[in-house]
Amino acid sequence: MEESLLQVIHLKKYFPIKGGLFGKAVAYVHAVDDVSFDIKRGETMGLVGESGCGKSTLGRCILRLIEPTSGEILYKGMNIADIDRRELWRSMQMVFQDPMSSLNPRLTIGYIIGEPLLVRKMKKAEIKAKVIDLLTEVGLKPEHYGRYPHEFSGGQRQRIMIARALITNPEFIVLDEPTSSLDVSVQGKILNLLNDLKKRLNITYLFISHDLSVIKHMSDRILVMYVGKLMEIAPKKELFNNTLHPYTQLLLTSIPSPRARSYKEKLKDFKIIDLPSNINVPKGCRFQPRCPQAMEICKKKQPIMVEVRPGHFVSCHLYS
Amino acid sequence: MKEKPLLEIRDLRTYFYTYAGVVRALEGVNLEIRKGEIFGLVGETGCGKSVTALSILRLVPSPGKIVGGEILFKGEDLLKLSEEEMRTRIRGKEIAATFQDPATYLAPSFTIGEQTSDVIKAHLNLEKSSKRRRLYDRVIEVLKRVQLPDPWRVIKQYPHELSGGMRQRVMIGMGTSCNPSLFIADEATTFLDVTIGAQILRLFVDMNRRYGTTMLIITHNLGIVGEICDRVAVMYAGQVVETCDVDLLFNNPLHPYTNGLLQAIPRLDRDVERLKEIPGTIPNLIHPPTGCRFHPRCPQAMEICKEEPPKRVEVEPGHFISCHLFGKI
Repeated sequence: MEESLLQVIHLKKYFPIKGGLFGKAVAYVHAVDDVSFDIKRGETMGLVGESGCGKSTLGRCILRLIEPTSGEILYKGMNIADIDRRELWRSMQMVFQDPMSSLNPRLTIGYIIGEPLLVRKMKKAEIKAKVIDLLTEVGLKPEHYGRYPHEFSGGQRQRIMIARALITNPEFIVLDEPTSSLDVSVQGKILNLLNDLKKRLNITYLFISHDLSVIKHMSDRILVMYVGKLMEIAPKKELFNNTLHPYTQLLLTSIPSPRARSYKEKLKDFKIIDLPSNINVPKGCRFQPRCPQAMEICKKKQPIMVEVRPGHFVSCHLYS
Repeated sequence: MKEKPLLEIRDLRTYFYTYAGVVRALEGVNLEIRKGEIFGLVGETGCGKSVTALSILRLVPSPGKIVGGEILFKGEDLLKLSEEEMRTRIRGKEIAATFQDPATYLAPSFTIGEQTSDVIKAHLNLEKSSKRRRLYDRVIEVLKRVQLPDPWRVIKQYPHELSGGMRQRVMIGMGTSCNPSLFIADEATTFLDVTIGAQILRLFVDMNRRYGTTMLIITHNLGIVGEICDRVAVMYAGQVVETCDVDLLFNNPLHPYTNGLLQAIPRLDRDVERLKEIPGTIPNLIHPPTGCRFHPRCPQAMEICKEEPPKRVEVEPGHFISCHLFGKI
């Protein structure tokens, strides 16, 4: 049986909006609202959704960069709230979207990558050897060791970020939009690198992106998120061949694709309105105001996640 | 007889005179955009897509300068017009544009209604007597045209009250308010979410079909090109390397760069185990490579590629390519 490396159980993260005289919370941003899923060892789980749907918040909760409002995250069966963060970050790392702002401009690449080992009181020479190994592993050169972030291009900086994440030999990495700020040809190289590293080092990924074609290329299973909630969970092939949730269908038809050329017909059913804010979330199903198949019940009751086919979960009244 | 293109760019050169040296951002760009088509211009960051758009509008920011070539619009060379003529006759009226980040192009302290009516006032001669009423109707019509929900409310709102998708709609509405012959959309959907971006793209197709507006869509996303464009030009390092029908681009790309680019992107319509990589990086345009600008990264580079820049040849009707592999036909 496949073992779950990470389990997320009823995770919620609400950000208070403070207002009034005494700074009381007047409303909440429902960034992540009751999300449950698990990630198996060795797989790449894709997480797709539009901006503001809570993808990054979810990723940060998993690494305990922010504390969830409620719910549990189990890593190798242990609740991460009980694990010391430093301990946790040895086997769990994150790569962020913007490599420009995530690297300290006043530190050398060698220092940035090797810093986690300094904390562990390793010898300087040992650290240097390891950093240089890693530099070559991610496609950079040993002579880059003493250089500063501004000397590198976007793609190279993302390689540095990946090396920095790899230094502690993690088993699990959250990749938060790792290629979104890169050019298409550079993006391809980074995706290939990530796949090579995964095979060689046996790492498990949570791959967060808004780009469904990138998610499709990278993932084994896919989570579809909309305004703080998971809409559909399915293995990659199943999701693309047998799309169930109307939101996933909208997402799929929205992606401009070389061979589609049929925007008008495909999109005409969906209403032209913006994404709802996650402060005043719609009652019932969150997608209901945009959904062409919305029924009466969708306005009243929140759908629950049901397993429609083996491994294929969907949260929609059409299927419950 | 072939119809004359609406816009014809011949051998356009735009340089930026920076402290570090002369950046040859555009080096001999050739394009023809036919009336009524949706034309795509693709390439990676820094290849000169946006500079091409700005050159057409003659809005190249300092220290940039158009140093040579011709931009023929309806047979008239835009580079020979005075700044005054550009402003009153061309920009906004004949050629309009929208850019990547709509937030920075809308004035924050004027309402949408005020800003939109300014454009109309500047370019259309409305009768004095019923001016206010006509102007109001026209603004509402423009906003309705871009499918903004509730235009009566939107005209009283300020840009910060609108979402990104709505701002982009306002920008497009303002741009098309005087029925321009050519509309340039420079990465108009890049900042938007996919589902919102799809609505905007659909709007472009709609406007093209309904009002016959010729569109120049500038993007780095080949998917967008495939989805809505009729013809496409691929740019690399300040030059157009290939121009052809969109179907040809995906079925039979000829230039090695186009080929490489198509195989480097993950696509929904096919699965690959590993993406192909284009070796090397984008060249520095202060000291661009000699000969063909792509030769240091080209898998099929020959001796001649290092020495001589390739000429633009028409390999089949409407399919232009700049590559020595096809020079001898």
